[in-house]
Amino acid sequence: MAFSFFNKLKEGLDKTRKGITDKIDDLFNNYGEIDDALFDELEEILIMADVGMSTTLKLIENLRTELKVRKVKEASEVKTVFKDVVEAMLRENNNEPFHVGDVPTIVMVIGVNGVGKTTSIGKIAHMVKAEGKSVLIAAADTFRAAAIDQLKVWGDRVGVHVIHQSEGSDPAAVIYDAIQSAKAKKIDVLICDTAGRLHNKVNLMNELAKVFRIIDREYPDAKREVLLVLDATTGQNAIQQAKVFNEAAQISGIVLTKLDGTAKGGVVMAINSALNIPVKLIGVGEGIDDLQLFDPHDFVEALFSSK
Amino acid sequence: MAFESLSEKLQGAFNQLRGRGKLNEKDVKDAMREVKLALLEADVNFKVVKDFINTVTERAIGESVMQSLTPGQQVIKIVSDELTNLMGKTQSKIEFSSKPPTVIMMAGLQGAGKTTTCGKLGSLLKKQGKRPLLIACDVYRPAAIQQLKVVGEKVGVPVFEMGSDVNPVKIAKAGLEHAIHFNNDVVIIDTAGRLHIDESLMQELIEMKEVVSPKEILLVLDAMTGQDAVNVAEHFNKQLEISGVILTKLDGDTRGGAALSVRAVMGKPIKYACIGEKLTDIEEFYPDRMASRILGMGDVMTLIEKAQENFDEEKAKKLEKKMKNQTFDFEDFLDQLEQLQNMGPIGDLLGMIPGMKNNKSLQGMEVNDKDLTRTKAIIQSMTKKERLDPDLINSSRKKRIAAGCGLHVSDVNRLLKQFEQTKKMMKQFGGMEKKMKRGGGMKFPFF
Ligand SMILES: Nc1nc2c(ncn2[C@@H]2O[C@H](COP(=O)(O)OP(=O)(O)O)[C@@H](O)[C@H]2O)c(=O)[nH]1
Ligand SMILES: [Mg+2]
Repeated sequence: MAFSFFNKLKEGLDKTRKGITDKIDDLFNNYGEIDDALFDELEEILIMADVGMSTTLKLIENLRTELKVRKVKEASEVKTVFKDVVEAMLRENNNEPFHVGDVPTIVMVIGVNGVGKTTSIGKIAHMVKAEGKSVLIAAADTFRAAAIDQLKVWGDRVGVHVIHQSEGSDPAAVIYDAIQSAKAKKIDVLICDTAGRLHNKVNLMNELAKVFRIIDREYPDAKREVLLVLDATTGQNAIQQAKVFNEAAQISGIVLTKLDGTAKGGVVMAINSALNIPVKLIGVGEGIDDLQLFDPHDFVEALFSSK
Repeated sequence: MAFESLSEKLQGAFNQLRGRGKLNEKDVKDAMREVKLALLEADVNFKVVKDFINTVTERAIGESVMQSLTPGQQVIKIVSDELTNLMGKTQSKIEFSSKPPTVIMMAGLQGAGKTTTCGKLGSLLKKQGKRPLLIACDVYRPAAIQQLKVVGEKVGVPVFEMGSDVNPVKIAKAGLEHAIHFNNDVVIIDTAGRLHIDESLMQELIEMKEVVSPKEILLVLDAMTGQDAVNVAEHFNKQLEISGVILTKLDGDTRGGAALSVRAVMGKPIKYACIGEKLTDIEEFYPDRMASRILGMGDVMTLIEKAQENFDEEKAKKLEKKMKNQTFDFEDFLDQLEQLQNMGPIGDLLGMIPGMKNNKSLQGMEVNDKDLTRTKAIIQSMTKKERLDPDLINSSRKKRIAAGCGLHVSDVNRLLKQFEQTKKMMKQFGGMEKKMKRGGGMKFPFF
């Protein structure tokens, strides 16, 4: 079980790995001793992986310290130490994988346009349902054209009912309906889709605030999970997205999607250190099963392991 | 606002140089480190940054700069020049076939915004007198076809579809035949998002290209893309030979370093930029303007064009006079509001004005479009007399006005206060107008 999970993650991260580890292997094979050039190259690799300048500098600093502590002299050993350093930083902020414990739980899924909210909801619903829990989905993205239809298709795929109104209706009203329905049917997990928008912060905040007021009022006993979906292809702007949404809602975790591409997803580390928000799930494809729990060790292993 | 952070950072770096008499090599290098950080934080590709910094440093350390009286200014100019170089100097439009229909194929990663962009581009071309047809070839993502249909309907552009059980290449071909039959002179093909490394799906696009012989293959690229942007663009280009890029989501706080990088590495022009969620939020891409926007010099040209599109010449003249005589009243205010609302999101407009980002009197003044509607409601429930002479508005009148528009007296009070501020601000704009004249020769009424 654990093994197959690891393979699946590795598979999803295959391209990621190819990008970053080839370079790192080149690097460590090319340098006999540890010098500034090696650190410069390392810096470049991390920047190219979207880790961001400040986190990169921090990681390199940690590496330098660790190399001293462990009295490492050989460039070839640096890689192992570096893996540890990266994993340590990931672990600091990612010690709670996604898990629906208490019921009822309400899961709010938020994020900008196109990151994969609706798709992730389909996958999450599938995952939670497989644990034997009853699931309901609320189609509160009433803004994007045909977003409701898209979610309904996912509902059918997963075998989960989708509460919806018409396009353009008030998202808070949809959530209200869904909560009533969840309560009446004693549903374990209610998952809510929302419209992705960033351009107008004021509108976004107002809309989300209103939705949360409804939840406070109508569903105070439900455990709340607020998942921010981030696209691994996104660069440093992901930090800004996390900041903006974190102001509007208390984000409890991140879903990092599209790790099946060549994007490296390093921005996760930047967000971790900037905002202390854990990554809980990763998306590795468009299929119903292409969702994995985020695990720092597997993540780093898959990232660094040679083919 | 696009690139806000980057321009602020650069300004910060330049402020160190500005006003200094003599510069030494270390000064330049220090400033360049800031520029480097700013560019990297804006997701400009690492290799592009490296080249850029080298070029600028080399020029900046050159003899003439170091010995000039205003070396800081000179360095800023060099950065500006080189940035413009990177973005490409000239604007490129889409090309139309001499023998219509002109076929435009959209391609890109999942979630880049292809479907919405098809609608936006269709709408824009329609406004320019074309008869576009949208073809729905995304048979993979659930409800993608439905989405295109909704978008098409909203902008009044027909959509050709064959459901999701038909091969996309076949749909494209049938759609093209449909266009010829119905006299559509442009077709825009929406395709499914795909990973650049997904060989079978890329093969599908290659086949489609062979069948429909597109005049334009446009890569739709999310402006928020990180370092991978170059990689993605190069893959698509290698396999499809794209003709240009449409940059999406260039609103919000997008810094858009991807735009710089892709242009610099691939040499393919950015043809359009999508700047908001409304279906009219697409504009032709002017690289030089973008460069000056990055640098925080303001995008005066765009602003002036928007103004010209939307402002009534006659009214503008009248208003200018009022601004001069300080007789601006609520009638004018209402008028301005209406015209302004036609121009698009206010935040975007403010950012286009040079120096506006650092304007103290504007900071903390959150403007959003909902406020505008509310403001309009308040003014509309004033009597004509009150509008012309706001001093008349005493507390009983305030109550009546508030009741009339369903708001509180405090809202009315706030508006009255804002109105006073506005009048003050107009003075500042009066000064700016002179600068603007050089750009467009247009009087600029604004509040
Ligand atoms: N390759 C890949 N594509 C994904 C993943 N997650 C979502 N997508 C695709 O990204 C696009 C946008 O997803 P969607 O769920 O509509 O995003 P939303 O706008 O945030 O709801 C769709 O084409 C999805 O199939 C992922 O993990 N990997
Ligand atoms: Mg969605």
